[in-house]
Amino acid sequence: MDINRFTKVSDTAWRLEPQGAMRVPAVIYADEALLADMDDKVAEQASNVAMLPGIVQASYAMPDAHWGYGFPIGGVAAFDAEQGGVVSAGGVGFDVSCGVRTLLTGLDHRAIEAVQPRLADALFAGIPAGLGSTGQIHLRDQQMTDMLRGGAAWAVERGFGQPEDLERIEERGQMAGADPEAVSQQARKRQRNEMGTLGSGNHYLEVQHITRVFDPEVAAAFGLAEGQVVVSIHCGSRGLGHQIGTEFLREMAIAAKGHGIELPDRELACAPIHSEIGQRYLGAMRAAINCALANRQILTHLAREVFAEVLPDANLRLLYDVSHNTCKTERHVVDGRDRELYVHRKGATRAFGPGHPDLPEALRGVGQPVLIGGSMGTASYILVGTNEGERLSFNSACHGAGRAMSRHQATRQWRGRALVDELAARGILIRSPSLRGVAEEAPGAYKDVSRVVQASHDAGLARLVARVEPMVCIKG
Amino acid sequence: MHASVRESAKNRIPALRGGWEHFPHEADMGVRGHGDTLPDAFAAVAEATIAVVTDPAGIDPAERVEFACSASDPDLLLYDFLNAIVYEMAVGGRLFSRFRVEIEGETLRAEAWGEPVDGRRHQPAVEIKGATFTQLAVRQAADGSWIAQCVLDI
Repeated sequence: MDINRFTKVSDTAWRLEPQGAMRVPAVIYADEALLADMDDKVAEQASNVAMLPGIVQASYAMPDAHWGYGFPIGGVAAFDAEQGGVVSAGGVGFDVSCGVRTLLTGLDHRAIEAVQPRLADALFAGIPAGLGSTGQIHLRDQQMTDMLRGGAAWAVERGFGQPEDLERIEERGQMAGADPEAVSQQARKRQRNEMGTLGSGNHYLEVQHITRVFDPEVAAAFGLAEGQVVVSIHCGSRGLGHQIGTEFLREMAIAAKGHGIELPDRELACAPIHSEIGQRYLGAMRAAINCALANRQILTHLAREVFAEVLPDANLRLLYDVSHNTCKTERHVVDGRDRELYVHRKGATRAFGPGHPDLPEALRGVGQPVLIGGSMGTASYILVGTNEGERLSFNSACHGAGRAMSRHQATRQWRGRALVDELAARGILIRSPSLRGVAEEAPGAYKDVSRVVQASHDAGLARLVARVEPMVCIKG
Repeated sequence: MHASVRESAKNRIPALRGGWEHFPHEADMGVRGHGDTLPDAFAAVAEATIAVVTDPAGIDPAERVEFACSASDPDLLLYDFLNAIVYEMAVGGRLFSRFRVEIEGETLRAEAWGEPVDGRRHQPAVEIKGATFTQLAVRQAADGSWIAQCVLDI
């Protein structure tokens, strides 16, 4: 990317002034090298988002931003319904509420080393992963409706987890405003056998150990200490969310003109928040959020079952669960005024700072855990939200490393078997149904996650708390 | 959209007339089909879609499934067609290795031959979440042949 197009705001903030049909500026958070490495499409897409009706303050891109659909992946934008603001199916994406949750185990990494291959095999056997895998739960229509309303709370009521888990999930595990009636039969059918499945691509379950603590005070509040083991689960709303994204993207793209919206890119398909289709989409999308929350909750239960068998001393307690692909109704101060906004985060993590009323009491004093996933062989990070994040990005931070190389290139550069062996030699056991899938997800195909989180930290979007490194990775 | 599993029809399976390729996208995968006719280009891009998941040569075309969809422009028709295949793979747990497509006005009818997913034998690399509008294009080349393409979210 040509960085001369930007006004340098700081070492980690770059601004594109409004031009043409842009209503607000576009701001990219990244250090100079990350910005220079980004595809030109990121700036183009962030500028296109800035053209949408009712956008407030700026269109943002996080340090892991890369070329997405309409919105860049790592894109954040907030819209005001009272000013003709829109909700965009393209701005949420196909994998609604794809996210990460991290569980504390209370174990030292040496306890894992003693049983590592057995644990890897047991997790691979216990966690359905990859195309065609089905879970043990098969939902009839009324059960599906209940799940779409109840989210993780529905799962806990059915014995998948503990009531205290819910405190540690965004929206306390149950997204309000879900409308199961707005979810098509096709979306329901696609989900019928997929509850409690991991999916594929960049989704994973990892056993990780904490290799560095940056902020001892916050780490202690989160229950993190060097050498301790955590489990992270990255997945989303599975087929149901994918189908909702597919259907509403098409419908909104066709309906936009009727709402007087000129789309700079068809993939930015959107509708006024105050419209029938806008409200229907919000209802369906919120139901898909509940599906993702329920799915991660069931996977947590399955992981707990495996640990109970292999490492009975483990006590898997939820640190936090964050979503990446959502549109959430939130209150933010803009121009000195407290306003209700529809905040789209497409491949970005919500990062509330200390004192935010939506945080559980145990975390309110320090801020929200911000869970940044790595890429199989690389570190992941745990950060904490900041108060200045509200002004900078509506309390949003990066969500992962972000791809730097196409799957095509990755398969030409790496072989799955060799990668699995190489990682095993480094003490990281990979279990996956597909060696080609492993090659496509090679750690080297991603940006340097350490650099991405450092840029997020330096920009003030979130503060570094701890680094974790993988020991076992189950890939879909 | 409609899909249903029918009897084995091995002897009536068409050979692919046209070629396909994948093109790179930073996070996902682009698929492109070429054909002398529009239906052939659609059949080719369908095979390219399967090849994102696994090698089509390893899929036994033992069962036939029918699809139908309609849309007011060729781009949307391709979007719907590929999403119908994604849907059938997800709901039916199937993979396909051969396609026959007919397009009449705004309506597409297709037959697909394949078999249930066998994790060990097919080793599917990824699930496809959906076809997208990104680089979605159906066009006729100067020599009269057809090209159909889009990026898949995986």
